[in-house]
Amino acid sequence: MTALSLERISKSFGPVEVLKDIDLEVSEGEFVVFVGPSGCGKSTLLRVIAGLEDATSGRVRIGGRDVTATPPAKRGIAMVFQSYALYPHLDVRGNMTLGLKQAGEAKATIDERVAVAARMLSLEGYLERRPAELSGGQRQRVAIGRAIVRKPELFLFDEPLSNLDAALRMATRVEIARLHRELGASMIYVTHDQTEAMTLADRIVVLRDGRVEQVGSPMDLYNDPDNQFVAGFLGAPSMNFLPSAALGLPGAVTGIRPEQMSISGDGPVAGTVTHVERLGGDTNLLVATGMPAPGDTLTVRLFGQHAHEVGETVRLGFARDGAYAFDSEGRRLR
Amino acid sequence: MNKARHNPLNSGLAHLALLTYTAIALFPVAVILINSFKTRKAIFGAPLALPDAQSFSLIGYQTVMKQGDFFLYFQNSMIVTVVSLGLILLFGAMAAFALSEYRFRGNTLMGLYLALGIMIPIRIGTVAILQMMVATGLVNTLAALILVYTAQGLPLAVFILSEFMRQVSDDLKNAGRIDGMSEYAIFFRLVLPLVRPAMATVAVFNMIPIWNDLWFPLILAPSEATKTLTLGSQVFIGQFVTDWNAVLSALSLAILPVLVLYVIFSRQLIRGITSGAVK
Ligand SMILES: Nc1ncnc2c1ncn2[C@@H]1O[C@H](COP(=O)(O)OP(=O)(O)O)[C@@H](O)[C@H]1O
Ligand SMILES: [Mg+2]
Repeated sequence: MTALSLERISKSFGPVEVLKDIDLEVSEGEFVVFVGPSGCGKSTLLRVIAGLEDATSGRVRIGGRDVTATPPAKRGIAMVFQSYALYPHLDVRGNMTLGLKQAGEAKATIDERVAVAARMLSLEGYLERRPAELSGGQRQRVAIGRAIVRKPELFLFDEPLSNLDAALRMATRVEIARLHRELGASMIYVTHDQTEAMTLADRIVVLRDGRVEQVGSPMDLYNDPDNQFVAGFLGAPSMNFLPSAALGLPGAVTGIRPEQMSISGDGPVAGTVTHVERLGGDTNLLVATGMPAPGDTLTVRLFGQHAHEVGETVRLGFARDGAYAFDSEGRRLR
Repeated sequence: MNKARHNPLNSGLAHLALLTYTAIALFPVAVILINSFKTRKAIFGAPLALPDAQSFSLIGYQTVMKQGDFFLYFQNSMIVTVVSLGLILLFGAMAAFALSEYRFRGNTLMGLYLALGIMIPIRIGTVAILQMMVATGLVNTLAALILVYTAQGLPLAVFILSEFMRQVSDDLKNAGRIDGMSEYAIFFRLVLPLVRPAMATVAVFNMIPIWNDLWFPLILAPSEATKTLTLGSQVFIGQFVTDWNAVLSALSLAILPVLVLYVIFSRQLIRGITSGAVK
C-alpha cells in the first residue's frame, strides 16, 4: 500500500513558483529522504504534505485517503521541526501529550504511550522538566517523542539534526534509523546534507529549484545519476567535472569521482597540488589544472596515507569506466 | 559572565550614571511628595526642605478629601485606564496576530493604515469625536473615554506587537496546528505568553498618557459623576488663586495607583527581558 502519494503538486508564493509539478509515491514503511540545496523547496513540500501550507494545485493522499482539504491534525501525520518547536510553557510530558489530549484520547492510553516513547528515547528521568532545562539533544528527543506518541501513519522530519553538534548528529542519526526499524513506520526526512540522505534513506528524492531531479536508492543515485546536478550533489568530496574536449571523450562535460582518480606518471591531466587534507584513513589532494572551470580544480581522493606536498607537480589518471558523460545541458549521456 | 561586568571601576561608573539618572527622574516626584505635607508658607519659604514639626501639615489632603468626590474620581480614572488598557492589549494583539500570521489580500495596506494612527494625533479629530459622542448619547459616560483611548492606543500597540509576533517561531505555531490546537488556542496559549514583554511595554506606554489626560475628560466627560482624577484636581488651580497644598496632595495621591500598575507591568517586562525575550 502507498503511505503517501503526491499528484502534480505545485506551489507558488505570489509570482514565485516554489514547487513545480511534483509527483511522488511513498510505500508503507519506507524511509524517503528529500535532499537538495537550501531554498529548493524541501520544507515547503513537507509543509504541503503536512497541510500547513495549501498547494496551489495538485492532490495529496495519505494512506489512500485524499487529504488535500484536511487540516494538519487530522491527516495522520506527525512532524519534527529543525528548531524542535517545543511548547516552552509545558514540561516534557505536557509537550508529548498535548496532541493526544486535543484528540480526546483516554488518559490510560496517553500515559502508556508516553511511557513507551520515553523508554524508547531514554527520557524517563526528564518527564517533569521544561524544555529550557534540557540540552539540545534532549530537546530533539522530546520533539521526536512528541511525534511517536501520536502513532502517525507518516512521520515528517524537517532537518532535525542541523542544530546539533557533529558527534550528537551522528548518534541521533543512528537513533532515527533504529526508530524507523522498530516502529516500521513510513518516514519522510528533509535535509540538505547528502551524508544524512545517503546513510538514512531507502529512497532519495533529489530536488532542485522546486523540481524533482531524480528518485532512487542511494546507491542507484550514486552509481547512475541522471544528470550533472545529482552527480555533483551526492558523494563527498563531490564529483570532478572536466571539459570532455580536453580528454578526447564524448559529451560536453565528463564527471569523475575523486576516488576514481589516481596519481599516475602517464595520466592525461597535468596539475599542481594546491592543498592536502590528511584524514588518516584517506588523503584528499586539491590539484590546480590549467583547464577552464569547472575543471580548473580537481579533487583526488587517495586511500591510506600519502606523502604528497603542496606545490608538487603531478599527472592524474582515471579509469575509463569510472567516467560519466554529460551533454551541455547537464543531462547524462549513456 | 562578562569580564567587563566584574571590573569594579566600570561597574562603579555605570552605577554612578544610573544613580544620577534616577535622582534626576525622582526629583520632581520627591518635591511634590515633600511639599504636599507642608504648610503653604513652608512650601514657598523652603521648597526643598523636609517637613518638620513646625511646617508639617495635612491641610492639602484635608481639602482634597472635603472638596468634591475624590474617591469617585479615583475610581473613574482607574476604570477608564484599566479597561482601555485591556481593550488595547486584546484587540491590538489580535490584529497584530492576523497581520503577522496570515497572508491575505491587503495585508500590507491594512498594516500601513493601522500604523498611520501613530503619526496622526487623535486630538485633531476632537470636534468630530464630540459630534459622534453627542449623536450616540455617549457624552458624559466613561464609555466615551474608553472608546477614544482604545482607538488612540491601538495603532502603536498593533505596530509593536506585530513586530514581536513575527519573531515567534513559525515552527512552534505549526507544531500547535499539527497537535490539533485551534487558531485561537495558538494565539492565546502559544503566542501571547511569548510576547508578554511586548505587551507589558505597550501597557506601560499607554497607561501614563491615559491616566494623565485632561483633554478628553474635559471635553467628553466633564460631569461630576464621570470626572477623572486629573480633571478633578483642576478645581484647585484657579485663574487668580491656586491652592498649592491641595494641588500637590491631589497629585501625590494620583501617583499611587499608576505606581502600582507600573510595578505590575514592569515585573513582567523585566522577567521577559531576563528570560531571553522571544524564543
Ligand atoms: N511563506 C513564504 N512566502 C514566500 N516565499 C517563501 C515562503 N516560504 C518559503 N518561501 C520561498 O520558497 C523557497 C523554498 O523555501 P524552502 O521550502 O524553505 O526551502 P528549503 O527548505 O529547501 O531550504 C525559498 O526561495 C523561499 O524563499
Ligand atoms: Mg528548509
